Amino acid sequence: MSSFSVTEPSKRSKWFAGTMVVIYALVTMVPLAWIMLTGFKSPADAISYPPKVVFEPTLEGYVNLFTTRTRQTPEFLEANPPQTWYEEIVREYDMVIAGPSKFGERFLNSVIIGFGSTFLSIFLGTLAAYAFSRFKIPFADDLLFFILSTRMMPPIAVAIPIFLMYRQLGLSDTHLGMILLYTGVNISLAVWLLKGFIDEIPLEYEEAALIDGYTRFQAFYKVVLPQAATGIASTAIFCLIFAWNEYAFAVLLTSGTAQTAPPFIPTIIGVGGLDWPAVAAGATIFLLPVMIFTILLRKHLLRGITFGAVRK
Amino acid sequence: MRSLHLASVSALTMAAASLGSAAQAEDLTLCWAAWDPANALVELSKEFEAQSGHTMGFEFIPWPNFADRMLNELNSGGKLCDLLIGDSQWIGGGAENGHYVKLNDFFDAEGISMDDFAEATVYAYSTWPKGTPNYYALPAMGDANGWFYRKDWFERDDIKAAFKEAKGRDLAEPKTQKELLEIAQFFQGREIDGNTVYGASIFTERGSEGITMGVTSALYPWGFKYENTPGSYDMEGAVNSPEAVEALEFYKEFYETATPPGYTNSYMGESLDAFKSGQVAMAMNWFAFFPGLFADPDVGGDKIDFFVNPPQNQEGSTLGGQGISVVAYSDKQDAALEYIKWFANPDVQAKWWELGGYSAHNSVLNDPGFKDSAPFAGDFLQAMGSVQDFWQEPAYAELLIAMQKRLHDYIVADQGTAKEALDALVEDWTEVFEDEGKL
Amino acid sequence: MPDTPATRAAQATPPSVARKIKGLSDRAIAWIFVGPTIFLLLAINIFPLIWTIRLSFTDFKANRAGREIKNVGLRNYERILTDSDIWLNMQATAHFLFWTIFFQVLIGFTLAYLINKKFKGNDLWTTIIVLPMMLSPAVVGNFWKFLYQPQIGLFNYVIAFFTGKDPSSFEMLGSVQLAPWSIVIVDTWMWTPFVMLICLAGLRSIPDYIYEAAEVDRASKLRQFFTITIPMVLPFLMLAVLFRGIENFKMFDLVVQLTGGGPGSTTELTSINLKREAFEKWRTGYASAYAIILFVTVFGLASIYVKALNKVKER
Repeated sequence: MSSFSVTEPSKRSKWFAGTMVVIYALVTMVPLAWIMLTGFKSPADAISYPPKVVFEPTLEGYVNLFTTRTRQTPEFLEANPPQTWYEEIVREYDMVIAGPSKFGERFLNSVIIGFGSTFLSIFLGTLAAYAFSRFKIPFADDLLFFILSTRMMPPIAVAIPIFLMYRQLGLSDTHLGMILLYTGVNISLAVWLLKGFIDEIPLEYEEAALIDGYTRFQAFYKVVLPQAATGIASTAIFCLIFAWNEYAFAVLLTSGTAQTAPPFIPTIIGVGGLDWPAVAAGATIFLLPVMIFTILLRKHLLRGITFGAVRK
Repeated sequence: MRSLHLASVSALTMAAASLGSAAQAEDLTLCWAAWDPANALVELSKEFEAQSGHTMGFEFIPWPNFADRMLNELNSGGKLCDLLIGDSQWIGGGAENGHYVKLNDFFDAEGISMDDFAEATVYAYSTWPKGTPNYYALPAMGDANGWFYRKDWFERDDIKAAFKEAKGRDLAEPKTQKELLEIAQFFQGREIDGNTVYGASIFTERGSEGITMGVTSALYPWGFKYENTPGSYDMEGAVNSPEAVEALEFYKEFYETATPPGYTNSYMGESLDAFKSGQVAMAMNWFAFFPGLFADPDVGGDKIDFFVNPPQNQEGSTLGGQGISVVAYSDKQDAALEYIKWFANPDVQAKWWELGGYSAHNSVLNDPGFKDSAPFAGDFLQAMGSVQDFWQEPAYAELLIAMQKRLHDYIVADQGTAKEALDALVEDWTEVFEDEGKL
Repeated sequence: MPDTPATRAAQATPPSVARKIKGLSDRAIAWIFVGPTIFLLLAINIFPLIWTIRLSFTDFKANRAGREIKNVGLRNYERILTDSDIWLNMQATAHFLFWTIFFQVLIGFTLAYLINKKFKGNDLWTTIIVLPMMLSPAVVGNFWKFLYQPQIGLFNYVIAFFTGKDPSSFEMLGSVQLAPWSIVIVDTWMWTPFVMLICLAGLRSIPDYIYEAAEVDRASKLRQFFTITIPMVLPFLMLAVLFRGIENFKMFDLVVQLTGGGPGSTTELTSINLKREAFEKWRTGYASAYAIILFVTVFGLASIYVKALNKVKER
């Protein structure tokens, strides 16, 4: 770049801009950092008054997150000395570990429903997007806008008939029901984004393949799909993040068997009252995958969150 | 020694059971609120698993979501729960909408008599229509709203002297609601050990039932009635009686002058947090938490004591507690009934109390040693003698939501007067009963 | 043959191309490819919508199995539109919408403008700033509730540190005056990055030569900002506003965790109120009418807005 460029900001304005942005970033990170720190506090430190910044870290929150505990009589405690480090932590409260908590199950549900609906959205979405992109469809724009508009309904409004429908079909609180629902919600995003990606693949590749004797299906499978791989991957992550973070449907349509983590985490209970370190630990574990995806995704972020309306 | 013995016995029987009866072993799921007694129930149920060969799974939902989620589950005809320890107010809907299995025949066949359980609990947790011998639940957990306080603060000489000087009487457990407020106001803003502390934490929660449960703890001692004549749905003049207005104003004054700032949406959990973090001298909460509080390493033991909700015009405590029901949509009703049969056993009930559950069985409550078995046991008996419950109508949720809104609008959001709030509530409730076809 | 998009698609494909291909015809492929998606959209989106419309004219209650369902005509709509409490909820929603968008646009644009100065490491910091919006709103709301707690939360102490006020002297979630602002703060914290990203894309889409030309014309930096930067970014900004508007109109999870609608009904947004009607009071028919009203509102507003957006784009 030429040093005379008029559009290149001066050193001073760069320095100023950098400082301001870094300050904003640090401030905006404080709540997140506080969540993560709280996960390593003891329950007493977590609700200490005034709040503690310096504290002795403990894994109690994580132990509490993954276990259920019951109080025991002194005789029992004496007769059964703790075997492991996590039992020792629990013993400080005269409690014993009764078994695993539901967090593992709920997390697994999030994984199953998240990945299941993502796979289905991408599978169906890619096919539909291909058709929309390659075949001349009359009223395609209207149809696509209509698909988009289905995301404008408040989830609570959608949940009313879905609740009744699922009750009739026996899909309430099932993995299948949630996968279908999230797919139904996500597929508009998937079709929309994927169509954009497929539009960008030059038609010539396929035509060449067709002339070489490929069937239309083979051409789609062997030529288009590999070309669209990056687009598919980033669309997939966006579908996953939606299903991963979704709360309203999950809280209304699941009660246990298929409940995901978001409705569960805010309600982790310790001995009397909310167990904030365990809540924080659960939140941290739940947030990590999304953070990693965000870092992986940074290049495609914009396209995904704006329904492909903005392409960088 | 006793628990140790029990543990080894159950280990033996468990081994025997796993060899023996695998044929009809079912996987039962019991649903309840997530709180201290639930953990005790897990421990208790191990014995049932060992005896019956069935395995027990548990689904515990935190209080603020409990009603929402479980009623949603029942209304969707879900099979998540085989057994449900549902809140007392659900009994009307549970019975009328066919969510709960009627237990009369089963009780007769198994020789379980409701006379063995405390009368107030049978009335509140088991019967629908109220007071008739139609049983949809077995009393599982007696409970009422009570109080606990920092005994160590109450016993400090400097504090005692200051109280005497300010109020002209000795600092002690309050005998009336007004004394309660006076003590709370005394502590409000006081410096203790370098921290500013506050009077008491009370229920103000908006989302589920919190503020209603708190306010009724003032309404009942003032003599609040839901209807002029029971069963008439005639509420004008009862719900908004001068006593009710006075009680509601009292609660608002309490909220404004004697509670820690920020406790504007607080229920059980927040009340406990406030107490455990040393912010308050007193707190209201359900008896269910008292065993856990007494065992707390920081504020339990010598530092804590308990008292029953003080009377004003009369004695009165807000009823908590639940009965255990068999869910009509369950495929494993037989095994679920087996659990209830086992649970009704006096020995099991005795152990239930020992582990921290509030048994409603007369053999436990009438035991001469009961009063002294825990520092809150006597208070519990006293509270259960004068409990009152919210509506138990099938439309209870609509009635409750209306009350939550009116109370929170008046007390926390500071809108209108107590009379206006209660007048509006009568209107809301009338509309609900009209929709129900009961008016 | 039914007139579906798929068959229309197949018919639209020139026969000459279709004949050249072996295996399945294009028409069949188009049908197979689009079919499942259309089916799913019909099942999960369209059919429920029609059902909701139908229910909205009844007094159906989903928790009363045996109860007779009566047709009540437009009574549900009438009750909702004349209910002053619901208008208060609408006002709370409007307040929330307006101020979140205002702050997010203001801060988001400023940030984007600063990041566009291309200082060293701007990529890294952009990624960090973006993190909050990728999180689960329910979990975020729950944790901010903790942060807002006057005695044990962090927020009041931070404010106290900078202003010298007593941290216990104000309650963000509990006071009628502050609660509507506390939900605005959290939403702004979470979603400003979204607006920032879109603005950044807008800024980067402005070709350098336009500024160079302006420089040649000796236009001042300030003039360049108002005559080049703002108009060029405007369509992007409007798009960001559209997306935030739709999302915040639907707002439920974050606020329900933060305040549950309280104190009183100060922060009871329409979605929260709708949830109470539909899934707590179980007035299904009434709630259906409510849902339709909300849907028509958001759809109508969005359509008008999109028209305006397209006009701006054309300029």
